[in-house]
Amino acid sequence: MSSRELTFAQAIREALDEELARDERIFVLGEDVGVWGGVFRCTEGLFQKYGPERIIDAPLSEEGYVGLAVGAAMTGMHPVAELMFGDFITLVMDQIVNQAAKMRYMTGGQVEVPITIRATMGGGRSSGGQHSQSWHAWMAHVPGLKVVVPSTPYDAKGLLKTALREPNPVVFFEDKVMYAKVKGPVPEEEYTIPFGKADIKRQGTDVSLIAISRMIHPALAAAEKLAAEGISAEVVDPRTLTPLDEETLIQSVVKTGGAVIIDEGYNHFGTTAELAATIAYGAFDYLDAPIERLGAMDVPIPFSPPLEFATIPNEEAILAAVHRVLDGRRR
Amino acid sequence: MTAQKTTTATLPLPPGELLEMYRKMLTIRIFEEIVFDVYRKGLMPGLAHLSDGQEATPVGVCATLHPDDTITSTHRGHGHIIAKGGRVEPMMAEVMGRVTGYCRGKGGEMHIADVSLGILGANGIVGGGIGIAAGSAFTAKREGKGRVSVAFFGDGAINQGIWYETANIAVLWKLPLIYVCENNQYTEFTHFKKLTAGEGLGARARAMGMKSLEVDGNDVLAVYQAAHELVGAARKGKGPATLICNTFRYGGHHVGEPGTGYRSKEEIAEWKAKDPLPRFENILLEHKVISPADIEAMHDEVLTRVQASVTTAQQAPFPDVKEAGEHVFA
Repeated sequence: MSSRELTFAQAIREALDEELARDERIFVLGEDVGVWGGVFRCTEGLFQKYGPERIIDAPLSEEGYVGLAVGAAMTGMHPVAELMFGDFITLVMDQIVNQAAKMRYMTGGQVEVPITIRATMGGGRSSGGQHSQSWHAWMAHVPGLKVVVPSTPYDAKGLLKTALREPNPVVFFEDKVMYAKVKGPVPEEEYTIPFGKADIKRQGTDVSLIAISRMIHPALAAAEKLAAEGISAEVVDPRTLTPLDEETLIQSVVKTGGAVIIDEGYNHFGTTAELAATIAYGAFDYLDAPIERLGAMDVPIPFSPPLEFATIPNEEAILAAVHRVLDGRRR
Repeated sequence: MTAQKTTTATLPLPPGELLEMYRKMLTIRIFEEIVFDVYRKGLMPGLAHLSDGQEATPVGVCATLHPDDTITSTHRGHGHIIAKGGRVEPMMAEVMGRVTGYCRGKGGEMHIADVSLGILGANGIVGGGIGIAAGSAFTAKREGKGRVSVAFFGDGAINQGIWYETANIAVLWKLPLIYVCENNQYTEFTHFKKLTAGEGLGARARAMGMKSLEVDGNDVLAVYQAAHELVGAARKGKGPATLICNTFRYGGHHVGEPGTGYRSKEEIAEWKAKDPLPRFENILLEHKVISPADIEAMHDEVLTRVQASVTTAQQAPFPDVKEAGEHVFA
């Protein structure tokens, strides 16, 4: 397959473009997604190509336009509703949790709700406490929602195309730090990536680094450093939280005997806790040391860079956690 | 008790359609009375939110709708569902938690839906159906076939943000969306005037640039005529509108309370004197659309049907527990 390098934002844009061309039912709505092309450039040029009927600038009424998108999905459309900052999910909780997630179930299977909600996540840009949060664990807590957390341009494109062919509500989280900074190979040819299939980003035998979204990148950097120390780290990317590929996670830890779980969401009742429980149950007899969980510090995200970076897991913290696991094994 | 008269020189619809409206009002009244009985006898799980007293609003509005038009409803939704064509048998089975219910027992009395009839669900969140209705209107506009979407909601929902957010969008995008506020005077246990600033929903709708009409919600023909005007305009692409129907529920907020602790006997009696059923009967009798014997026969027929729906539901199985894990995803 021929391939070229795209940024994370370009990969998202390309997935939207291809799916808009494929399916007339798809439309995009959100704040400044139209004429302006999105604050993170993910819809650049789509308004000019598909027009105002399909690339729609919505008022700053997140509950209103996401609620509308739920009803449009129930009546045959496939909306892509964008939340410029994932923090605004708080404004839309009723529409996502009480409406979109349970309409199929509460009607005994009468309707499909094919809505894709794109939301950003992630700190590290000094955006303050209300523009830096990562709320994927909240969404993964709700039955009826599929939750996607891609880490590379390749995965982002393939998974978003799958979301736009799903008959179910999908919440698709994009770490905004990756939009312009993360580049990677994306094939010219069409492809999709199924939900519920984890990807082993690096093979290893001594410890499993299971990382969510952007945290894959410090995990891969840490694995490189560990290799120099003679430690073979496996890096596993679940890619979707719902459905969760439990088997790949468990088998990795069965092989390595140790796990470090890295996420930008909070540890407290968070994704790291759920993944740790999954591994503790499925690989109980194979664990040589307690599972290490590296989440965001359980505080609101602070503004000042030294404070903010202290709250987010990084390569250094991953290396320290790996050594704790290996030390635990030797005891 | 003397029923307040509504005089109408000429009837707006042919006799067959008027009789159908009367039959639906009667069905709602009897359905609600029998659900109350079902609750008292312990034949249903949970609570029920009944709409007896409010029959004219859903029937008057739905008489203007086509089969492919959609509605969203509220926690007090049985009337809307019957008015849009819902059948009492799967409704009663749903109320009683049976697998033969509209939602296979997964929704319950607050969440009845029949999507094939354009009933996109009753909704347990106050204002919860409004976003969905706006979305249906969006799809309708995209289809361009003149379909409309109706959001039924109560006086409580007019203070929910979703109303304002979608109203703004619906006006901007000229969506064929009719907001129907069934003001039954009480937001749960508190009079709506204690909870609502300014001059009410009509003024708020006008501030959004939306046409708004307010009618006697116990006069089914007044409701019909107002809805007919607004729905007709929406079909022609004139955008959204608001219809306020003033009415009253006879029972409590739900079947577990009588509705007398916060409403005076006088107030209840005053509204019962404006009961929508005898008022419509009088018009139909006056215009010889129906005879007293016809009324009695129709009453017996509807009563028999609704009673039979209880017996049938009682004999129907509860859902198999394996269904608890089904229908989460398509």
